[in-house]
Amino acid sequence: MSFETPDDRRYLESHEWALETDGVVRVGISDFAQDELGDVVFVELPDEGDDVTQEAAFGVVESIKAVSDLYAPVSGEVVAINDDLFDAPERVNDDPFGDGWMLEIDPDDESELEDLLTADEYEDQIA
Amino acid sequence: MPLQTPPLRGLHDERGAKFTEFGGWDMPVEFDSIREEHVAVREAAGIFDVSHMGEIHVTGPDATTLLQRLTSNDVTQLEVGDSQYATITDEEGIIVDDTIVYRLPDEDGEETYLFVPNAGNDEAMHERWVDHRNEWDLEATVDNRTDEYAMFAVQGPEAANLVGDAVEESILDLRRFEARYVTIDGVECWAARTGYTGEDGFEFIVPWGEAETVWSTFDCQPCGLGARDTLRIEAGYLLAGQDFDYESDPRNPYEAGLGFTVKLDTEFVGRDALEQAREEGVEEKLVGFRLIDRGVPRHGYDITNTDGLVVGSVTSGTMSPTLEASIGMGYVPVEYAEPGTTLQVVVRGQSKKARVETTPFVDTV
Repeated sequence: MSFETPDDRRYLESHEWALETDGVVRVGISDFAQDELGDVVFVELPDEGDDVTQEAAFGVVESIKAVSDLYAPVSGEVVAINDDLFDAPERVNDDPFGDGWMLEIDPDDESELEDLLTADEYEDQIA
Repeated sequence: MPLQTPPLRGLHDERGAKFTEFGGWDMPVEFDSIREEHVAVREAAGIFDVSHMGEIHVTGPDATTLLQRLTSNDVTQLEVGDSQYATITDEEGIIVDDTIVYRLPDEDGEETYLFVPNAGNDEAMHERWVDHRNEWDLEATVDNRTDEYAMFAVQGPEAANLVGDAVEESILDLRRFEARYVTIDGVECWAARTGYTGEDGFEFIVPWGEAETVWSTFDCQPCGLGARDTLRIEAGYLLAGQDFDYESDPRNPYEAGLGFTVKLDTEFVGRDALEQAREEGVEEKLVGFRLIDRGVPRHGYDITNTDGLVVGSVTSGTMSPTLEASIGMGYVPVEYAEPGTTLQVVVRGQSKKARVETTPFVDTV
């Protein structure tokens, strides 16, 4: 099975993606991750205004069969969360790189993004 | 130890199944999506490969006596083609395993049985039967045939139509818990109107080498152990090793809500302890609950009362695809067991409100 891995963003080994636009980093989980999890039924996210730390857990995604922590790609302040996921968690399965996004971070230091995997490196990891 | 594989491991792999270890077996957990598979079984039909279940064959002049003394139910009630659910208890009345006992047609003029222990328990149950047979000096042959048979379950409101079309003899006259030999595409199978989903359906015990022929006869949604688990929780059925665990969470049938399988007018291992347990009453009972707050209850999470005092733990829990609600089961002191009682489940450190409900959570056959 092949998975989408858009190359406009960076990835964590723990399967989150990070997309920087105008100084804000949007975060979600990869196509591979949503497929591994199966039907997503619950997402637990921080509140807007909370601080997150690179590589620390910021929330949880649960499928019918598994519970998985979510890890922050960069440190910073949460400036938006996708609260549509509370009522429609299946968006994570349907569109993990689009409507299934989880939160947006105003990063303390954008250069942290360079610590993350490129799409090619991530594809090698999940191959 | 390498995992045992069901005969159709390769076929399932080609079909895109994901696998999981269960009871020492490498079993398909999900073919397409647990939700899709679950809905197919509730609304149409699905087929499960449950070849990890054990099969122990017992025959001989004392077969009935041996079964009677090792299971809690009354096997003398079984005519040929009947089956019954039973627990297997130790001297203290603790559930070692649960099982369905089938009475097969007599062999060599002797009453003959097949019982189905849980995955990974077949060797222990075979040993238990052989040891007790020897100790009691009974005449019975006990064979572990787990490696000789595949087992499939076809379940759902459309199951009877599918099975009616696939089976060469008439079979739809079978009532719940009745069974007989039937032919499917030339293969003789033991077919029983039983299942673990809460739906109407059939279970087939199939010669290992003929598994693909029988499996391929049924054109319906293949389902993995993931959907089997969500379906059985909705139906309020227990999972061995989770809703009772001989080692880590020992329970007797009355605590587990399985008192209906205990026939105290029969002689069996654990009978006296269970008579006492029934007279004295149990302190804890397995209850079903629904989460009122958002969250998903999982095995091992604490259950507390409304004061936050831990009173039990979740044995099984899931997001119910049918109810679109979080449901689960767990043992709590009897004073908290009444339907309607408010409890809390601790989900990652946060208390979530829950309400005790009667099981099954969904309508079942």
